[in-house]
Amino acid sequence: MSMDYFEYLRKDKMPHIWCPGCGHGTIMKSILRAIDKLQWNKDDVVVVSGIGCSSRTPGYLDFNTLHTTHGRALPFATGVKVANPKLHVIVVSGDGDAMAIGGNHFIHACRRNIEISLIVFNNNIYGMTGGQASPTTFTGSRGTTAPYGAIEQPFDVCGLAQGAGATFVGRALDMDAVAMDRVILASLKNKGFSVVDAWSQCTTYFGRQNKWGDATDMMQRYKGMTYNVRLSDKLSEEEKEGKYPVGVLYQATRPEFCEEYDKLIERVRPQETKAAANV
Amino acid sequence: MTTPNIKFLAGNEACVEGALAVGCRFFAGYPISPSSEIAEKMSGRLPKLGGKFIQMEDELASIGAIIGASLAGKKAMTATSGPGFSLMQENIGFAMMAEVPCVVVNVMRGGPSTGNPTGPSQSDVLQTRWGTHGDHPAVVLSPATIREVFDTTVHAFNFAEKMRTCVVLAIDEVVAHMREKLVIPPASEIKIENRHKPSFKPGDTYYPYETTENLIPPMMNYGEGARFHVTGLNHDKTGFPTGNPELLESGNRRLLDKIDKHIDELTLAENHRTDDAEVLVVAYGSTSRSAKRAVEEAREKGVKAGLFRPITLFPLPEKQILAAAAHARKVIVPEMNLGQYKLEVERVLGKAIPVEGLNRVNGEPIQPSLILSAIMGD
Repeated sequence: MSMDYFEYLRKDKMPHIWCPGCGHGTIMKSILRAIDKLQWNKDDVVVVSGIGCSSRTPGYLDFNTLHTTHGRALPFATGVKVANPKLHVIVVSGDGDAMAIGGNHFIHACRRNIEISLIVFNNNIYGMTGGQASPTTFTGSRGTTAPYGAIEQPFDVCGLAQGAGATFVGRALDMDAVAMDRVILASLKNKGFSVVDAWSQCTTYFGRQNKWGDATDMMQRYKGMTYNVRLSDKLSEEEKEGKYPVGVLYQATRPEFCEEYDKLIERVRPQETKAAANV
Repeated sequence: MTTPNIKFLAGNEACVEGALAVGCRFFAGYPISPSSEIAEKMSGRLPKLGGKFIQMEDELASIGAIIGASLAGKKAMTATSGPGFSLMQENIGFAMMAEVPCVVVNVMRGGPSTGNPTGPSQSDVLQTRWGTHGDHPAVVLSPATIREVFDTTVHAFNFAEKMRTCVVLAIDEVVAHMREKLVIPPASEIKIENRHKPSFKPGDTYYPYETTENLIPPMMNYGEGARFHVTGLNHDKTGFPTGNPELLESGNRRLLDKIDKHIDELTLAENHRTDDAEVLVVAYGSTSRSAKRAVEEAREKGVKAGLFRPITLFPLPEKQILAAAAHARKVIVPEMNLGQYKLEVERVLGKAIPVEGLNRVNGEPIQPSLILSAIMGD
């Protein structure tokens, strides 16, 4: 039943940089449990990140790991996957990294439907730079760059992913590790581009600025802001109003980029051989 | 006996031929004039060779994708022009810092900003040297003929793979779009360098940034069992971030030292009648073609003129510039910019010899007659 986490961790890189109460470690463990369940060979796993608190994750993991520039994890990961489609490529990113500076790459990776799983460690704030508002900061919530409360609308990570063409979309809260495991495992199994909106609480910057209490207070609040998508039919519109569904929200089957490219190679390669033979 | 493979190609097409001949099997790009033909040709040719072409959403993504592909073991390239080259700068620095081999082609057009998209220019020359932030190495090649586009593209990949860095191929729009005969050499005549791999067995500890005697750490690819870490942060030999002052100092210096140590093999240049040259012209790219004609005409008029033509713009061929200017009383640096490489030449020659710029930023190539006037005038 229990797995040996140290099989997948670079022990000498501990302790990690995350603050007490941060949910990132919980999400990281969910990713490891999913990989363990799939029994992927560690040599075949590549974990790519951008810049931010979440993006320090690859450094702790005993895989092929790549810590890139801010917002650009998906393009680097796309290069890795296209160059060697046998590799299992996972991108870990934050809400600022994936949805602001990397927003263009996000929608195009969805559109391309390349077999990569993007796990957005979404804590609604720029943690590493000290608590600035992000594209998922709730309207009215404070950040150091929104001292009077954010006046902008936040992105719905999952809605955007589905609209842009991702073939797996899910959301889970770090407080519900069982659901997080289920959603992340399903995302890794998807033959296409997957997005998981993984909610994490930033107690240090978001919690303190917004007086949302400690980690357990924030978890309770997030629970109240969400509902299980499987109960959607049983809930009234009023009960769902302004709340976010959690669980596996969308799955579809569409052509995957690397497979399509392999077909393209098959299609054009013999033609050239034939043409050469005719000359 | 095999029939020679004779083509009549534009520079952008010759670049594709050179890249494919040296083993480039991954290209990521975004359309921009006047470089787009490179992406177009690559999209047609690569899948026929089992390689991969991907059109990315922008230039930031294009350079990111080639770095990722290179880490996964493919020889990778992108091509762009001025504005796109500006967008790529951050990740060019990443490739240099993380020591990931790749080739970036910049077909230079007029700038700044959107500038003159279809006109020739050499106004990105110092950007190729100093475009990305921080102290960093630079290997920059600039060809003048179609055959040389082919050859420098081969060299660019060889230098990138051997040195573990990003190499920039700076082609001006004249060379990119003009057509000349190109005899593509047979594969047996093309020298191919591959990244140096360590001897590694499963269970071994691999240090991706270990300082070796030649200052270039051997490189494993992702998926080969070493499971190493790559970051743009300052790192130690293990590849993990460090804030240790001694390691910061030595790590940053090694990036430059590895280029300096190999400067002789990285330096490509042509001397044309420089042995006794009293008037030396230093010119590169298409401007050097006009300069060569002007030097010939000056010689006919009895002036001892000569041309030094750097093909490797950076690392700066200082020794070769000094040698070519040994007898010079005057040096002229014609450029389709407002005097960028002239600054470098001046820096080498000091104030001992007057260095004149001959500069045009009007979207026209520099005519031989203009250079001849500069040679003849006192």
